[in-house]
Amino acid sequence: MKRYGALLVTDSVDLAVLPGTIHAIIGPNGAGKTSLIHQISGIVASDAGRVLLAGRDITHLPLHRRARRGLARGFQITSVLPEFSVLENVALAVQATAGSSFRFFRPAATEAALNQPAVAALARVGLEARAADPARRLSHGEKRQLELAIALAAKPRVLLLDEPLAGAGPDETARLVALLDSLRRDCAIVLVEHDMEAVFALADTISVLAQGRLIASGGPDAIRADAGVRTAYLGEAA
Amino acid sequence: MNRLVPLLAFAALAAVPFIPFGREGGYVLLLVSRVMVFALAAISLDLLLGGGGMVSFGHAAYLAIGAYAVAILDANDVSEAWAVLAAALGAAALFAAGTGAVALRTRGVNFIMITLAFAQMVYFAAGSLAAYGGDDGYSLIARTELFGWPVLKGRGFYATAFVLLLAGYLLCRMLVASRFGRVLRAIRQNRQRVQAMGFNPFTVQLTAMVIAGMLCAVAGVLLANLSEFASPAYATWQRSGDLLIMVILGGAGSLHGALLGAAFVVLLEEALGRLTEHWRLIFGPLLVLSVLYFRGGLAGIGAKRD
Ligand SMILES: Nc1ncnc2c1ncn2[C@@H]1O[C@H](COP(=O)(O)OP(=O)(O)O)[C@@H](O)[C@H]1O
Ligand SMILES: [Mg+2]
Repeated sequence: MKRYGALLVTDSVDLAVLPGTIHAIIGPNGAGKTSLIHQISGIVASDAGRVLLAGRDITHLPLHRRARRGLARGFQITSVLPEFSVLENVALAVQATAGSSFRFFRPAATEAALNQPAVAALARVGLEARAADPARRLSHGEKRQLELAIALAAKPRVLLLDEPLAGAGPDETARLVALLDSLRRDCAIVLVEHDMEAVFALADTISVLAQGRLIASGGPDAIRADAGVRTAYLGEAA
Repeated sequence: MNRLVPLLAFAALAAVPFIPFGREGGYVLLLVSRVMVFALAAISLDLLLGGGGMVSFGHAAYLAIGAYAVAILDANDVSEAWAVLAAALGAAALFAAGTGAVALRTRGVNFIMITLAFAQMVYFAAGSLAAYGGDDGYSLIARTELFGWPVLKGRGFYATAFVLLLAGYLLCRMLVASRFGRVLRAIRQNRQRVQAMGFNPFTVQLTAMVIAGMLCAVAGVLLANLSEFASPAYATWQRSGDLLIMVILGGAGSLHGALLGAAFVVLLEEALGRLTEHWRLIFGPLLVLSVLYFRGGLAGIGAKRD
């Protein structure tokens, strides 16, 4: 549960995300989807309720400790390190999981143990050709790909994605959907997305949020058939 | 540019003692020694400012900590370099860890104000040390020696300061390029992204503050020996401001820019100080102009832009 003053942004939302599945969260603008992702990842503290990861309570852990436990995320507003090269962005994410960062002497930029997994993650999202460019020069769609590579490089247990397809063209969307589909075997994915075609193609489970409440949750077919969902959301969107 | 300019700068510093300035020779060596001492302090500040995006407005506190380590041991008849360094580095590390742990709970203007407040505390504490001259400061009986050898006298001071400056510069370069430095540079760009990757910005930034503080305390040890004096004034906010100006004027983040900035500020202060005691009135507008027109600072002049 999360309140901003009198506004109850997420209220009694109960979600379970199973390994190897994609759990989509849909809902109209302002429904509280981003707020929910922020609470799961630890960017904002919940006022009540619990977050469990692999059965362990992580509700009171700060953002970086949750990340250490295997929670990676992308942001609705793309969030990369603009001055670093594309490769260095991903290599830093590898570094977070590969031994101590309190090493002061060897240059990090030439560490193969960091760069090789980084290149592999970039290849996976199709961004290896831009590896040497500064991240700020990437197009919006490429920054989205970079965010995915950063998340993948951490080898997370759960990947939280907030509208990863927003602003992507049709070709890019097709590529990203195929990529997300292939990621399923690596980690569980929580996918907040407005692109209904993509959601129904990818999701194993769909939960519908409206005004901070979960109004429906189930398989794609059940959600498509749900009358409440149609009036609350699908009706006005489609 | 990133290699050539620092190479030329250090080559020039190495050459100065061999240039025949005639009767002015002693004066020139003193002046350039002063440049090197402040360059070391400014480079350590650049590790925080350019490396980690931490605008510390109290870095001069470490000059005073280093200087008073010399003074207090001097008053107790100790002038051995290892003892002095151990005291200066230990005190600086403790001060940085304690004040940094508080200051890093804040950001932006609050961080600036808190680091400033802690430096003012050092200023008043130093002024209250009655046994060591109080507000008037403390005149050294003897300069620091290495195994009884007067390394900080005459040309020895110049050579020692040069070696320490070069070592400090290379150390900072190495730190910035290391795993640790990479996280530090990333925090400056996008703190939340770095946290979401699994790093704790607090411990990384605190470590940087401890390292930078210790390095600046070495400059403080040199400063006390150069002037044979330790003064509470070493910790004033004006002095902290001068260090910030050196870094920003030189071009924050390049490290060698801090060296250029220190040279510029110390030499200009000397030149303008001869013309008028109100040299800051001239210096202020010059500074504003340089920030407006040389975005990358002195180190950025002629460097490639994209
Ligand atoms: N920091 C905040 N302070 C106050 N209100 C907020 C804050 N963040 C989000 N909100 C409000 O919470 C509601 C849900 O926002 P959000 O989670 O971004 O929705 P969604 O991602 O589903 O579009 C909105 O009404 C928004 O205005
Ligand atoms: Mg949102």
